[in-house]
Amino acid sequence: MIAAGSSNANGAAPALLEIENLGKRFGGFVALENISLSVPPGERLGLIGPNGSGKSTLVNCICGTLRNEQGTVQFGGRRLDGLQAHQRTHLGLSRSFQLPRPFASLTLADNIRIPLLYTVATRRGSHHAAHEIEERCGALLRQVGLGDKARHLPRDLTQVEMRKLELARAMAAEPKLLIADEAMAGLTHSEIEDILSLLFRLNEQGVTIILIEHIMSAVMSFSRRLSVLVSGRKIADGMPDDVMRDPEVERAYLGQ
Amino acid sequence: MRTPVFLLIWLVICAAVFAAALGLGNDYIFFAGYVVLQYVVLGTAWNILGGYCGYVNFGSAAFFALGAYSTVAIYRLITEHEFYRMPIPVLMLIGGIVSGIVGFGMGYLTLRLRGAFFAIATLALAVVLQTLVVNWDYVGGSRGAYIIRPEQIEPIGNYIRYLFLIMMLLAVAAITIARLIEHSRLGYGFASIRDDELAAEASGVPTLRLKLVATTISGALMGMAGAPFPYYIGYLQPSSTFGLDYAVNSIAMPLIGGTTSWVGPLIGALLLGSLQQIATVTISSAVNLLIVGFLLVIFVIIAPNGIIGLIHTYLQRKPEDFVGRRRVEAEMPGQAP
Repeated sequence: MIAAGSSNANGAAPALLEIENLGKRFGGFVALENISLSVPPGERLGLIGPNGSGKSTLVNCICGTLRNEQGTVQFGGRRLDGLQAHQRTHLGLSRSFQLPRPFASLTLADNIRIPLLYTVATRRGSHHAAHEIEERCGALLRQVGLGDKARHLPRDLTQVEMRKLELARAMAAEPKLLIADEAMAGLTHSEIEDILSLLFRLNEQGVTIILIEHIMSAVMSFSRRLSVLVSGRKIADGMPDDVMRDPEVERAYLGQ
Repeated sequence: MRTPVFLLIWLVICAAVFAAALGLGNDYIFFAGYVVLQYVVLGTAWNILGGYCGYVNFGSAAFFALGAYSTVAIYRLITEHEFYRMPIPVLMLIGGIVSGIVGFGMGYLTLRLRGAFFAIATLALAVVLQTLVVNWDYVGGSRGAYIIRPEQIEPIGNYIRYLFLIMMLLAVAAITIARLIEHSRLGYGFASIRDDELAAEASGVPTLRLKLVATTISGALMGMAGAPFPYYIGYLQPSSTFGLDYAVNSIAMPLIGGTTSWVGPLIGALLLGSLQQIATVTISSAVNLLIVGFLLVIFVIIAPNGIIGLIHTYLQRKPEDFVGRRRVEAEMPGQAP
């Protein structure tokens, strides 16, 4: 497979997200090494790897929560170096956290309100009317199946519902690229189906999605392309079925 | 309720309080009331950073003292150069600007610290500023400075009444600002910072900028509260102006009242401030901090969300149905992970 560069030389669409030689260390520990990844607009990319392989660290480097020492991240043709996390969110990068981080003293509706007030309003340069915000919050919560809990506080939610809230809040920022970091862990089969169809719908509307997940059935049915991280290195990238047949991936995933 | 209506109601209340105090015919009520109102401002100002954003500031006394010492510096200038006597509101504005600038600077230097570390840094700021003032001869150094205040002011009579009136108006301004923030985009941003800064950034909240806004507003209000103080006390001394009382009271009052809405610091300051004034007259002034400590221990144990928290537990209501939004966990601000 030919790596799609950011250049337009081959007539290929420029990548939405372009990571080149990204490296991240924690002291002497190399968390990520020479990661290059190119995600064209509209892609559905599955990112898998064993625990501790650096998936979340990669997300943190993309979103600006952590600073990478080496390499560059470009988003929509723009280098993200030196941009703070909130600026990257304004550009259209949105993520859900692996361990849900709700705003504990705010109701669910108000949790959704934060990205509406600070990202969507900033991007379009004007504020929503009060009723518009209410509607938007309600609609987003209904999409993830939390519509009847809009006035509740996050402490009333189960872990699973918190994951849904996490996803709804990431979606509220109206991203171009959504990174869902283990949004489905612990969900039942039908709930996984719900979330997947939600992500499919978003993707049809033009949102590029990176799905980080351990539930292989979900990853395989969702992804058009699969990347595998093992010990901070990308060992495979391509069509999901090809990647899963790769002996190196099998070794890393299933053991000898 | 719309802000102009809110403001109007409070101005009517103020007029009533002032008229009632005049009716009592004893000027001591103004003297004691001034201190209580000063704490309303300090508590409200502290709460903008401490309650809304979750950053505990132990340096309130320093901001208060900065306001007071800007007045002293200007007073010296005036008496030396025979300037036109500056009215107190102008002095307050200057004190507010000075403290606001220092608040901004402190914020920039320390806001990368969280929790206890931020609190320690603010305490250090207070010590540094006190050392500076003690060694600055122009404002009296460690000897302190005398300010001679006019006996009377037309048309309300005794000057203390005038100071009381001004502090009352500042208190109204402070709670109006706090309430405005609470119900605005800024307030939601502050709340997201208090709850989870990482998630706030990921939602697009420019956390550092918002925290600087909070330290600046909070510092400026404290400075404004301090600016008339030399005229009130007559003799300003670094050790008392930078005293522990101000730092402890401005934290204790919002905590006892409840930290997530403008009502909390108001109730806390009125209650605790009045209690202290009564104790000063009936027992002794030394018992003040003891009262604060005692109440604080009780509240941390039985009502960690303050009086407002108690009220809506009693009413068995959902927290969001009550005034504004509030924090619900049983934790002190600034201890977010």
